Parts: sequence; C-alpha cells; structure tokens
Amino acid sequence: MDLSLIEMALPLLWKGVHTTLIIGFFGMVIGLPLGIALALARLSSIRWVVAASSTYSAVFRGTPLLVQIFILYYGLGQLGAVRHNPILWWLIGNSLHCAILAVVLNTIAYTSEIFRGGFLAVPRGMIEAARASGMSPWVTLHRIHFPLALRQAFPAYANEIAILVKESSLASTITVLEITGYAKRLMSETFAIIEVFVLASIFYLAINLIALSLAGWLERRLATPDGRTRRK
Amino acid sequence: MQPPPFEGGGCYEGCMMQTLWLLLIEQGWGAAILRGTLVTIVVGLLGMLIGLAFAIPFALARWTKIAALSQVVLGYTLLVRSIPGLLVIYLLFFGSVESVDAIATFFGFQEAAKNAYGFIMGVASIAIISCAYSVEVLRGALQAIPTGLLEASKSLSLPRGVVYMKIIAPLMFRYALPGLNNVWQSTIKDTSLVSVVGLEEVMRLSSIAAGTTRSPLFFYVIAGCVFLAITGVSQISFTYLESRLGRGFKVS
Repeated sequence: MDLSLIEMALPLLWKGVHTTLIIGFFGMVIGLPLGIALALARLSSIRWVVAASSTYSAVFRGTPLLVQIFILYYGLGQLGAVRHNPILWWLIGNSLHCAILAVVLNTIAYTSEIFRGGFLAVPRGMIEAARASGMSPWVTLHRIHFPLALRQAFPAYANEIAILVKESSLASTITVLEITGYAKRLMSETFAIIEVFVLASIFYLAINLIALSLAGWLERRLATPDGRTRRK
Repeated sequence: MQPPPFEGGGCYEGCMMQTLWLLLIEQGWGAAILRGTLVTIVVGLLGMLIGLAFAIPFALARWTKIAALSQVVLGYTLLVRSIPGLLVIYLLFFGSVESVDAIATFFGFQEAAKNAYGFIMGVASIAIISCAYSVEVLRGALQAIPTGLLEASKSLSLPRGVVYMKIIAPLMFRYALPGLNNVWQSTIKDTSLVSVVGLEEVMRLSSIAAGTTRSPLFFYVIAGCVFLAITGVSQISFTYLESRLGRGFKVS
C-alpha cells in the first residue's frame, strides 16, 4: 500500500468519522426516547393511536432509507410552505440536518418495533401484581414495565445502533461528507479503490466494535444478579 | 443547496388529476417506473437467491467448523455486516469498472458490456451483502436443530446424504424462515442503493423522472409506494410459506 495515499486519506476519513458519529449520536439520543414512546403508542388501547403509530412504523420500515432521505431533501425541500418556514427550512434545507432527521425518523420506527417486543415480553402477572398492590399506571410503567422491557429489548437495540451507524452512510447521497462520502470521493480521485475501501472499513469496524462493547458492558450492568438478561 | 423555484402552486383537484395523467401516461413515466420496479424485483430476487446458494455451504462450513473455511466465512460475514452496503457497492463498481472496460474493449463488445455491466454488478453486490446476513441466519437455524435428532439419525446409520436432505435441510429452513424473511426485506430495500451507481431500477428511474419533470416529491413518494407494495406482498407470502413449512408443528 502506498504510504502517501494513507497520509492523504486518513485525515479526510477521520473527518468523515466525526460526521458519522454526529449522525449516529443524534439518531440514538433522539430516536431512542421517541421510539419507546411510539412503542407505547402502538400498545395503547386507543384505537386511532394504535392505527396511526402502526402505520408510521410500517411505512418507515417498509421503504428504503434512501427513498425517505430523497423525499425529505428533494421532495419536501421543493415545497414553498417548507422553504418559507424558517424552522422547517433549517431542518430540511441543510443536508446534514436533513440526513439526521431522516435517520431519526427511520430509527424511531425500528426502535418502536424492538421495544414493542420488549413490552409484550413482560409477564402479565407482574403488571397485575403491581396494579394490585396499588401502583398507579404511571408508577407501574416506570418501576415495573419499563425496566423489564428495557432489559429484554437491550440486545436488539444494541444491534439497531450498529445498523444506525451503517445507515448513516446514506447521508453521502445528499452531499454530506461522512466516512462513505469521503471514501467515494477518494476512490474516484485516487483510483486506489481497495486501499480506500479497507481504510473506510476499518473505521466502521472500529466504531461498531466500540459501540457493541459499550452495549455489552451496559447489558451486564442492567442484568439481574442471577445474570438473566434475556427471555427463557 | 439552492433548488429550482417552486412551480405549480395553485393546483387543485381537477388540475391535479390532469397533471398525474400527463406525468404518468402521456410522458410515459408510469411505464418507466413499472419497468424499474421489474428490475428492482429481479435484482433483489437474483441477489437473494445467489446469496442464499453461497450461504448454505458457508453456513454448513461454520456449523461443522471446517478449519480454515470457517474462519474465512466468519471474517467475511463480520466485515460485510459491519460496513454499509453503499461501501460494498462502491468497491464493486469502482473496483471493476477498469478491468471490465479493458476486457470488453479487447473482445469488442463495449456496448453490450455497458448495458449488462450495471445489472451484473448490481446483482453481485446485492448477493454479497445478502449472503453475509443469510449465513448468520442459517447458522443460527442449524444450531437450533436438536442434537438428539442428529444422534438418532446417526444411530440409525442413515447415509450422510439422507441425513442432510431429509433431516437437516427441512429443519434448517423451518427455523431459518423468519430470519430469511428479514434478510429478504432488507435485501429488497438495499437494491435502492444500486441506483446510486446508475442501474436503472425503480429508484434511479424515479430520480430521472424527478429531475426531468421537476416534481421530486411526487416521484419519490411513488418509489416509496412501490417498495411498500413489494415488502407488503412478500410479508404475506412469507407468512403463508411459514405456515406451510411449519405444518404439523403448530404451537398452540
């Protein structure tokens, strides 16, 4: 491998890592609470809430993120109402903001699916016991329902974070320069396709490895003393 | 970004139907998108099937722990599953464009190569990606086969071929089907990534239509609906297949 190539490529890809991490970070920080909220909405007993939240989840999980990004960036970006509204234009008009928005909207749908499973896996008896001992629905939710569901859903959510980091690469299709964006630029400028691919892959592998080991550590922290973290 | 000024602000119902008709039928974008849908489905199906064809021996190699091959497969699945599909596609397209060009020029079929090239590389990259995910699903399914069944078949001294075809394969597919459904759903969505390098599938044609007619919102929403329809239909088919493959094993 050519050393001067590495010298040129590394700083650029490193800049890309920052952008990838920014997208991933916001995806996680905004996507997780909203995803949990959507999961609760899908499990509520109000019919239209269930219908609306399930439709949201089905639509965002049934279409590629690329389509969602293009609809937001090119589609909505064309509407006069969006262009003249400063808040919406701040969100859609800036390609990085728009990429973050698309990734957040997408991950909310997947996170809700994960947590829906987690909430459903909480034994009914526990909820009934909590209600019987006089806990209000809210207290039951945050003392019983939520901790148990979180423990159940956590491994799957850790996986979703890894997916989030990968999906952030689609931001490069709307001119955001993150790892894949820089990799593409470097590939077409230097023709050192394999070398650039290897370098970019190393960055992704490292991010995934760090994220997954952090998740593993958190999973152990969340585990009950008898070490049971999963169903069965 | 400075998109072109917004046009057609005061469009109401009658006018909208007219615009739809104009765009989809008279200008022929409807037919183009249908053709793109077909390409999407074919690329997705071929990629998935080719990926699966490789994934089965790979998963068996991982399961039976064949020394070197098992490690190689592990490395491959780990790599492909932790990098974005877009990167794999760039590697394949940019990495092969020169050599393909050289070969095509040498044999003198540049034109044919240009047309087929995007398609072949699209299928190849989709296959490489889906194969990695399929290997993991199949390996999990193989591990879920109760060892008692395998021991029983061994104690009956069934020939290896019979054990694989009559016991391991049916059980493996039964256990793997829900996972393969997930792989298929993400594979068909991944085909949209190939549009970035120019294969004329539904996403690419929608982009072209969006650019020419200056109505991106309309055409990207149509592309979204096409994908929703495809994933919806495949969900129904997989539910049916699951009930077929799981017959006699209903847990009630």
